[in-house]
Amino acid sequence: RLTPSEGLARPPPPPTDNCPNGSFRPSHDSVEWEGRSLLKALVKKSALCGEQVHVLGCEVSEEEFREGFDSSINNRLVYHDLFRDPLSWSKPGKALPGGPLEALRALDKRTGSGPATIALDSLSWLLHHLPCPILCQTLHALSRQDSCPGDTLPGEQVRVLGLLHEELHGPGPLGALSSLAQTEVTLSGTMGQASAHILYRRPRQRPTLQTQWFSILPDFSLELQVEPLLESQPPSDLHTPSVDPTTHLTFNLHLSKKEREAKDSLTLPFQFSSEKQQALLRPGLGQATSHIFYEPDAYDDLDQEDPDDDLDV
Amino acid sequence: MFPELNNLLNTTPEGAEQGKLTLLCDAKTDGSFLVHHFLSFYLKANCKVCFVALVQSFSHYNMVGQKLGVSLTTARERGQLVVLEGLKSAVDIFFRPQEEPHPLQFLREANAGDLQPLYAFVRDALEPVDCGEAAWRCPVLLVDDLSVLLSLGVGPVAVLDFVHYCRATVCREWKGNVVALVHDSGDAEDEESDVLLNGLSHQSHLILRAEGLATGFCKDVHGQLRILWRRPLQPTTPRDRSLTYQYKIQDKSIFCCEPSSEPYSL
Repeated sequence: RLTPSEGLARPPPPPTDNCPNGSFRPSHDSVEWEGRSLLKALVKKSALCGEQVHVLGCEVSEEEFREGFDSSINNRLVYHDLFRDPLSWSKPGKALPGGPLEALRALDKRTGSGPATIALDSLSWLLHHLPCPILCQTLHALSRQDSCPGDTLPGEQVRVLGLLHEELHGPGPLGALSSLAQTEVTLSGTMGQASAHILYRRPRQRPTLQTQWFSILPDFSLELQVEPLLESQPPSDLHTPSVDPTTHLTFNLHLSKKEREAKDSLTLPFQFSSEKQQALLRPGLGQATSHIFYEPDAYDDLDQEDPDDDLDV
Repeated sequence: MFPELNNLLNTTPEGAEQGKLTLLCDAKTDGSFLVHHFLSFYLKANCKVCFVALVQSFSHYNMVGQKLGVSLTTARERGQLVVLEGLKSAVDIFFRPQEEPHPLQFLREANAGDLQPLYAFVRDALEPVDCGEAAWRCPVLLVDDLSVLLSLGVGPVAVLDFVHYCRATVCREWKGNVVALVHDSGDAEDEESDVLLNGLSHQSHLILRAEGLATGFCKDVHGQLRILWRRPLQPTTPRDRSLTYQYKIQDKSIFCCEPSSEPYSL
């Protein structure tokens, strides 16, 4: 029987706790287990805490990102649109001035006072269009990791959330981004249930890994769940009902205890044991069961001499 | 179009969804039947179609289209269909003045840069015009196929950017649809093809994947079709909204059935 461990049942720590100055949290997703709903759920959580949320949207339109949020969240959400015209192909240009890099750097200036969350949708798009070192430096500056602990006031904490599609990048860029992150969330799942493998990296402590099963409700609230019980998994192929092939046989496949004992005690004819040897050498009285009767007829030549007499043996 | 495929996808020409990117993918088999299906489907749905045909000649598509009940020639003549015949234009590009922009401009360049000229061609072909004539239902871009661009030297990120812009303009702004075929080479060494396929999968609303059977060629079953609905993200939608069917292509129809547990014998 599975019981939720304390780690699973406890909701994720409130965002400001384990990130003194700022933090960078990439979420890794894949085609099968998409991560945008989790990103939206975390954005909603931040907005409900009263923070201002800045979204750099590269992969989906503003309408699609805002879909599912109510007005209280949408009012706290500022969408910086890199989706419509990121590379200035359109005339007249609808692009953000300066292209993707300037748009990313500009986020730093916009999050002036008060705690803020920056959501990057997606890091994969940025990694495809900016050199990896420049992206890493900009992210580092954005999450204010280079400032000393005493410099940043608690009210100026900036949390950076990033969505990364793991299959699109090699180990180098993935490793570089991982090294910047305080928390790394990798999504997977089983039996239709999503799970998040969360790697926490706290300063001067060993990294800890935790797995959390979750689901996201239609209003993008995050619901934590216990690990699905393995017994509830239906067998994968149940097309034919299992039939016992040993029923309705015309022969006996099983032996009863008595039958087994009789079988074990039986001496097989070709087994030559000492008892058999004695029985053959000294046929006891009454053991002769057959007699041969011979009636010689007129033409038989009965010779009482031993025919082997002349053998020189 | 194949009505059987419409049934599997739960759609009709009259009730087709709009604003979607559909990814067609084939692995170890020929998925071009899906291209022919969607081409005839959207023509029958009275949509304005821009067909970037890089693989076969126009007459080939027309011939197959006639079997499926549409005439591409007629559609082109009445302005419903715009075709970029890649095999023909790729040669034209070397015999025209360099100043004139060409959709396949990248063929002239040493470093195949981006596909902005191709996007401009698509945008000009499908831009809704307000001139009072019979309006088409919605714009549709169909590409056969995107893997050819990789083999012509375009990088996967450039192809993804092209599809991104088509999605932003055709799907989002004009509420139209984009359908594109890409090949899964199955080669672990082919990183570019993987990046393209995975990147497109993340952008897609619907993925149709035609695969050859694992057991090899079979006379009665041509392959397996996997259908995966990905977006829009409705958190109530079950995670595994995917279906798998085995199919056999006949002359004017396709026969689909659920995968059997019996092994096929040749």
